[in-house]
Parts: sequence; structure tokens; C-alpha cells
Amino acid sequence: MKLLQLPPADLRRQLAGAGVWMRTGPFSLRVQSDVPDVAEGLAQLYGQFEVRSTHEAFADFHVSVRSTPGLRRWIRPQISFDFDGMRPFKPLPRDQAFPMLEWGLNWCVSTQAHQYLIIHAAVVEKHGRAAILPAPPGSGKSTLTAGLVLSGWRLLSDELTLIDRKTGRIQPLPRPVSLKNQSIDVIRRFDGETFINRASHDTIKGTVAHMRPPRDSVLRQHESAQPAWIIFPKWEAGAATRLTPRSQAQTFMFLAQNAFNYSQLGADGFRTGTALVDQTACYDFRYSDLAEAVAAFDALAEPGR
Amino acid sequence: MPRDLLARTLRTPDSVTRFSMGEWDVLIRQARAAGLLARLAYRFRRDSLSDAIPAGARWHFTAAETLADRQRTAIHWELANIRTALADIDVPLVALKGAAYVASGSPAADGRLFNDIDILVPRERLPEVENALMLAGWHASHLSDYDKRYYRRWMHEIPPMQHIQRETVIDVHHAILPDTARYHPDSGKLRSRAVPASELPGICVLAPEDRILHAATHLFHDGELPHGLRDLTDIDLQLREAATPEFWAHLLARAEELQLQRSLYYALRYAIHFLDTPVPERAWSALESAAPNRLLRTLMDAVFTRALAPDHATCADRFTPAARLAAYVRAHWLRMPIHLLIPHLAHKAFVSPYQENGTPKAA
Repeated sequence: MKLLQLPPADLRRQLAGAGVWMRTGPFSLRVQSDVPDVAEGLAQLYGQFEVRSTHEAFADFHVSVRSTPGLRRWIRPQISFDFDGMRPFKPLPRDQAFPMLEWGLNWCVSTQAHQYLIIHAAVVEKHGRAAILPAPPGSGKSTLTAGLVLSGWRLLSDELTLIDRKTGRIQPLPRPVSLKNQSIDVIRRFDGETFINRASHDTIKGTVAHMRPPRDSVLRQHESAQPAWIIFPKWEAGAATRLTPRSQAQTFMFLAQNAFNYSQLGADGFRTGTALVDQTACYDFRYSDLAEAVAAFDALAEPGR
Repeated sequence: MPRDLLARTLRTPDSVTRFSMGEWDVLIRQARAAGLLARLAYRFRRDSLSDAIPAGARWHFTAAETLADRQRTAIHWELANIRTALADIDVPLVALKGAAYVASGSPAADGRLFNDIDILVPRERLPEVENALMLAGWHASHLSDYDKRYYRRWMHEIPPMQHIQRETVIDVHHAILPDTARYHPDSGKLRSRAVPASELPGICVLAPEDRILHAATHLFHDGELPHGLRDLTDIDLQLREAATPEFWAHLLARAEELQLQRSLYYALRYAIHFLDTPVPERAWSALESAAPNRLLRTLMDAVFTRALAPDHATCADRFTPAARLAAYVRAHWLRMPIHLLIPHLAHKAFVSPYQENGTPKAA
């Protein structure tokens, strides 16, 4: 059954009790939370995801976002993220409960799932070929990703590119797309139909909101994709849209430094990383206008090119 | 769901062929909390049980094994770097604990996960060693001034040193227990019997019986036991490897010489409790004199059968928090006399939690 079929009251009750079992990409989760914002965020953004009975026995990650006890319940309430007894982060103000769940889930995957080489990058797919978009924060990576997936590209992930170490293919993990600061309004203007949840303010990343992942991307979340391009986007005010080739060696070095678990994989990380760069075309990409940027990507993915 | 599912599985790995998905769920969670996922994966592979792991659960084991394999390579590399860093000052270098298991190719290295590297050097050479390590890129990690002073004045090791690029952490010891401990074996005696590490020329490890005694004292003198069960499996694997009558005779004689019989007694008692470690009858009777009285034994059982279990919600009962606290206080009680203990615990309880830079490792 899908999460949207679960009545909101049931969702809240299950979250506050034994937890909700759900699946995102290759991972199963059991989520518990006594915070209403978490129930609201899940209902708004995870509607198309599969949920099962609370009695489902096995989950990869048992996570919770709960109010911290004591006086803090009343004065400037805080919440904390827990991965099966581990608390990797300091508590945050309650307003940030939903983003904290998202960050916590990213943390679980990036510190545990070493069957993949995990690159800090967004990844989207069209006609069976995937474009990996690694970039430092502030480069407009999330904005571009959101623009692409609202224009017919399939969302594989907005944050964690999972390269299967055995096959070299990309395993989708399509979760809500995190939008920061100005990009929230840019995307609202780009597509008035799309759903973006209530923003959390003053987080460590500024103002953060999440965009609902496209239905098609969620339905196809078990369909892996072949990496075809590694493209480093950079938003620059007034810049003309421009795609320029980039050295493979430099690209590899950047990926190795920006992979979450490159050093944990040892020689196999090197093998997976070089095989990836060998079979992809690497580019730098500058843009200022989102619609033009999407058109450039569409041209790149044109069959026969 | 049994609270001791992980220990039970380590005792009888064959039982997993009949596991439900619910049991796999709890097993993986207990093993992750105990730092034993990779060791379990290794054990399953050795016993041809890997195929019994359901497809959906398998990645947890392969991922943990990937990490353990990589750490083993990294320990080799770091030990070689430490050896190079100390080459000019020509100091005898002894690897301890996990690093020693790797350096000597012990079965206790299989599927082991590491937090840091422990080495032992003569106390009078400490300043030179510290200098040489600093030149090679290791620096004192961030500790509060109180903790730094505490380490220097009372501990058997200097504050942990972290490499500026690789971020690996070395604990440099000059003894295996603090000077203030009731019994603190003479480090010279331990070092005099150290043997060259089979896998790493230029580095030594303690004699096999001393390695077991060290692991045993560590378990019962260390305040926090997040990996108590893992450390017990280290002891279990070493005892099973060395199981000859001569070895047991050596071990018992050495325990007596170093006054560590009580620690050995407890280590064996709880290794049997959790892991069914084979201990010869004769060894038991030899340790009889070191055994605590019945009342104390009952109390210790209540504490350590809980405190050594994985630190996971599914392993805990309502007495577990009290047992962990008791193990913590007892360890400190053994490590320092009362006039030092009370102010130290008070500082830990009332001052440390409110300081900006928390202590990465409870002293």
C-alpha cells in the first residue's frame, strides 16, 4: 500500500507508536516520531512510497525524530535524530524536524551502505542514461536538479549517487529534493504546479524546504541506470549557458575527494571510480537561466548524440 | 525476541538457518551496536552459512566486511608509518590490542573493527616518542585542560594523538594500567617477553599469554564498555587458537606473576557465559583461589552479564542502566584511590557535560 492511502490520523498514531515501515530505493526504514511536522512532511512528500504494516519484521534502518525530554519540551523545544540508539547529531529546534529526518537518512546511507561507492552528487536520467551532478554547496546543483526532474528527467537522487560496485550502474534513491534559500522561489516560479513543503528557517544551511519527488521517479525507483555524463554545474548571474569538456583525471580526483566512502572501499573504490569516469563524458556547465539550462541538457540527451 | 540473540548466534552460528526475518532484524542491530557485524560476516563465511542470510539483509554483512578489510589494510599502513616515524630514535615499539592482532595475524583480527591504534613504549622514552610522532603529523587531539592534566598525571597513556591528514588516532601507552590502579603490572616485565610481529618486521607484540591478560584487564578496568562483547570475542578467539595444556599453564603462571588472576577469572567466567569458550577443568581449579566470594560473585554476575552485552535497546532490561553505571564506578574504583576518585567522578558528572568541547573519550 502507498503512504497516501494511510489516513493522516493512522499515520500519526503509527509514527508515535511502533513506527511506520516504508521503502525508499533499495532501503527499508522504520520511522518513529512524536513530532507532528514529521507526520505532515511524510504525508506531503512521501505519498507515492510503499508502506507496510507496523508488524513488518525487517528494516534496514530504524530511525526516529523525537522531542527531547525535560524542560526543553516547553521552552524552545528541540528534537533529536536517533539511528537505532546512535545520536550522530546535536539536537535542533523543533521547526527543523523534517529536514533533520532527511539529513539523518542521508547519514545512515552514507555511513553504512558500503556496497555502493557513494558520491556526494545529484543524479538524473533520461533515455536510460544518467547525468551525475557533483558540485559544492551554492553551485545551484539542487535548483538545476529540480528544474530537470520537473521537465521530464527522472530523479535518481538529489544528494547521494549510489554506484553499484559490482555492476557500475546507478541505484536510484529518489527522495524529496532539498531546496535552499532563493532556489525555493526559483522553483516555485519555474513550475507553479509542483509541491514544495513549508520551509524551515535558520537551519545550518539557511532556509530549507523539500520538493515532492515526481511520481514516475518513485514508481521506477528499482530501475537502475547507466552513467553517461558527469557534469559540474555552476550558476552565475548573467552567464550564458555553456557546456565545456573537462579533464577525466581532474574529475576522478574531485569524485574521490567528494565521495562519502571512497577511502573506506580501498582498492575497490579506486576501481569503481576509474571505471565510472572511463565510461562517462565529463563537462563543466555554466548557466543563469534555468529553462535554457534544461534545454541544453535535453539536447545532450537527444537519442543518437 | 531473545535479549542474547547475538551471543547465542556466536555460540551456535548454525541456528541462523532457521531464523525468521524478525530475528535477522534484531541480530543485525545487536551486532552493529556491538561492533561485531563484520566478525559475524566472517564467521558465516568460514562456516559456509553466508547463503543462509536472506537477500534483503545480506548487504549489511558485505558492507561491514568491506570496512573491516579496509581497516586491516589501514592498520598495516599506519603501523608501518609509526615504525618509520620512530626509526630515528630507535625505541622498542610494541603494538597492543587490535593492532597487535593484525600485526601478529591472530584470528582475533578477522572481521575486527577499529577505533584507534594502541602502542606501548618505555615510559622514559615518552617525550622523544611524542616529539617524533608530532614531526610525522600526529597531534594531540582536542581535550579539555582537565582531561589533558588527568591523562598526564594519572593515566597509563598520553592524550590520544590524531594524524593531521589521515585522521587516524594513536593511543601511546607506557603501561597497560594506570599507576594508581590496585594492581599495575610492571611494563618492563611485559615488554621483556614481547615477540616480533609475524606480519610486520620491526614491530613487536606482547607474548600470546600477555595479550590475553591485557585484554582481560582492559575489560574489567575500563569504565565504558561499548564494545565489551567484541573484546570478549577477541579473548575467546585467542584462547581457542592457543588451546594446548602448555599454553594454559603459561597463562596461569603469568597471571599469578603479574597479579592479574582476578581479571583472568572474570574474563573466563564471562567468556564462558556469552560464548561457551572452552576452559579446561584444571585451569578453573587453579583460579579458584582468585575467585571472589559467593556474594560478590552474584553481584558481579548481575553487573557484567548486562554491562558486557551489546549496548542496544533489545539487549537491555530494567537493570541494565544501573549495571552499566556500576561497571563504570567499579572500574574507576580499581584505577585510583578514593581521594582521587571522588573529585574525578564529580568533575566528570558536573563540569565536563557543560564544557563546550566535549571529551571524545571518557578518561
